[in-house]
Amino acid sequence: MSKKLSIVVVEAEPERAALIEASLREAGDFEIAVIAETAGLARRISERNPDVVLIDMANPSRDMLEEMALASGPLERPVAMFVDREDEGMTKAAIDAGVSAYVVAGLRADRIKPILDAAVARFHMIHRMRAELAATKRALEERKVIDRAKGLLMKARGVDEDAAYALLRKTAMDQGKRVAEVAQALVTAAGLLA
Amino acid sequence: MSGAPISVGFIPLVDAAPLIIAREIGFAEEEGLDLKLAPAPSWSTLRDRLAMGQIEAAHMLFPMPVAAALGLGGFGTRIDILLVLSLNGNSIGVSRALAEKIRANGYEFDFTCAKRAGEALIAALDGPLRIGVPFPFSMHAEMLYHWLGALGLKAPQDLDVRTVPPPLMAEALAAGEIDAFCVGAPWGSIAVETGVGELLLPGTAIRANAPEKVLAVRHDWAEAEPGLTRRLMRATWLAGRWLARPENRGTAAEILALHEYLDLPAELIERSLTGELIISQRGELRRVSGYLEFFEGAAAYPWASQAALVASRLAARMGLGREEAMAAARAICRTDLYRRNLADLGAEMPGAREKIEGAMTEPTAVATQSGKLILSPDAFFDGWIFDPSNP
Repeated sequence: MSKKLSIVVVEAEPERAALIEASLREAGDFEIAVIAETAGLARRISERNPDVVLIDMANPSRDMLEEMALASGPLERPVAMFVDREDEGMTKAAIDAGVSAYVVAGLRADRIKPILDAAVARFHMIHRMRAELAATKRALEERKVIDRAKGLLMKARGVDEDAAYALLRKTAMDQGKRVAEVAQALVTAAGLLA
Repeated sequence: MSGAPISVGFIPLVDAAPLIIAREIGFAEEEGLDLKLAPAPSWSTLRDRLAMGQIEAAHMLFPMPVAAALGLGGFGTRIDILLVLSLNGNSIGVSRALAEKIRANGYEFDFTCAKRAGEALIAALDGPLRIGVPFPFSMHAEMLYHWLGALGLKAPQDLDVRTVPPPLMAEALAAGEIDAFCVGAPWGSIAVETGVGELLLPGTAIRANAPEKVLAVRHDWAEAEPGLTRRLMRATWLAGRWLARPENRGTAAEILALHEYLDLPAELIERSLTGELIISQRGELRRVSGYLEFFEGAAAYPWASQAALVASRLAARMGLGREEAMAAARAICRTDLYRRNLADLGAEMPGAREKIEGAMTEPTAVATQSGKLILSPDAFFDGWIFDPSNP
């Protein structure tokens, strides 16, 4: 029986790192370490000497791992970007999910698959959560701006809230813009004139 | 925008300009393309997106498709070079502490002489030089190995070339993780502005008119989509010609500065387009002719000899067979498509696929199909030459 595989997850956000770690633990009995700091990343990874490194493809520090994948000095283990020509679907699934895996050369595909499957599922979920969060935040910000624009119109034109909103909406339709954009323009202009 | 949709990945750098201008000034639309530009967070991710078909084409470091042809990094998908997007544009910078020592050694930062700058730099070192580059397969790394190697610094014992993403370069310098860097515009200027470093040399001082970025596509895609390939090449080449006109530089800087592209101050971007660089916080200005070139001297022509040169060096460093590596690299330079797709636009057509690299110290006239073409100097600072037929 071969020894436990060790996995390093490179992830700066603690919450996301915890999610990935949890799903890897469900997938099997691995030794897992999280590296949050990107400064000196290559050194931190080689100190741990892992079998597999997982990193978000959106992380700009990923290029540092490319260098490691090439280095095969006496103290470093050869690392390769995960490539399994037998199973291109698995690699493609990982790329589509936005996770890149670096594995020690020679590690068998059947030992990597559960790790990659767990990571892919979790990355899909994390990216969806991130998109939702960004959309919610934007919507809230837009609502604040629209409220301020309505307030400005109510004061300047002496109309009620519904009339102010109707005016914003009509202007937006006439100009082929979104209500939030018109509201933002009004708030900016009012700020400049104040 | 109407036209056939095509998505092209890029890294937010000044030399992505031909793609950005092709979209924004309308060259892509004129060619019937709806050019969708997708920024990538890193070169490795850009390469993998291209290999896996998430994008059709990409802005790439010249040595990346060459490395792919040699089976180094990525998935082993063959990637072809359609044309060269830009020449040079990089600068070498050092930490302020190192700059002070170099000045004390009598080098006055003339920003011209690679030999004297390199000797002063080497004399100022207490240990190995740790120098950051954006990617292991980059012209930055090739230039540094050539320049410092020629001056006696041996890799890896004296010279430690490390990968640091450009947006993190200034930070790595400030944290003392590296002593120096070689990086594309505008990141050198940003290191000066943030006060962490000074610029020592432009890339042009090491080699004039060195190829830097290319327009790359999957070989299979270029074969399957000759019409789209043609339109993409034409739109990009026309954008390069537009960028070469000095009166367009201000506009180009403003467009590149937009949030969806570089999202950085236009003034910093314009420095690299005009070649007027501020090299220190004291505001010292240096003018560099041809600092970043998009067009002159048949800049876009993908010389197979240049790919053979890079392949020969990578093969030597990685312990691969040199002849095989050079042959694989030559094959990906699509001079055939360049001829077929750009001739009627008036693009200069060198008669040969290869030249002796580094042999021209002066602008040189060469034979072309339509008469004569003036090629720009391509000499290395130390007079080294590479004869692809007799390396």
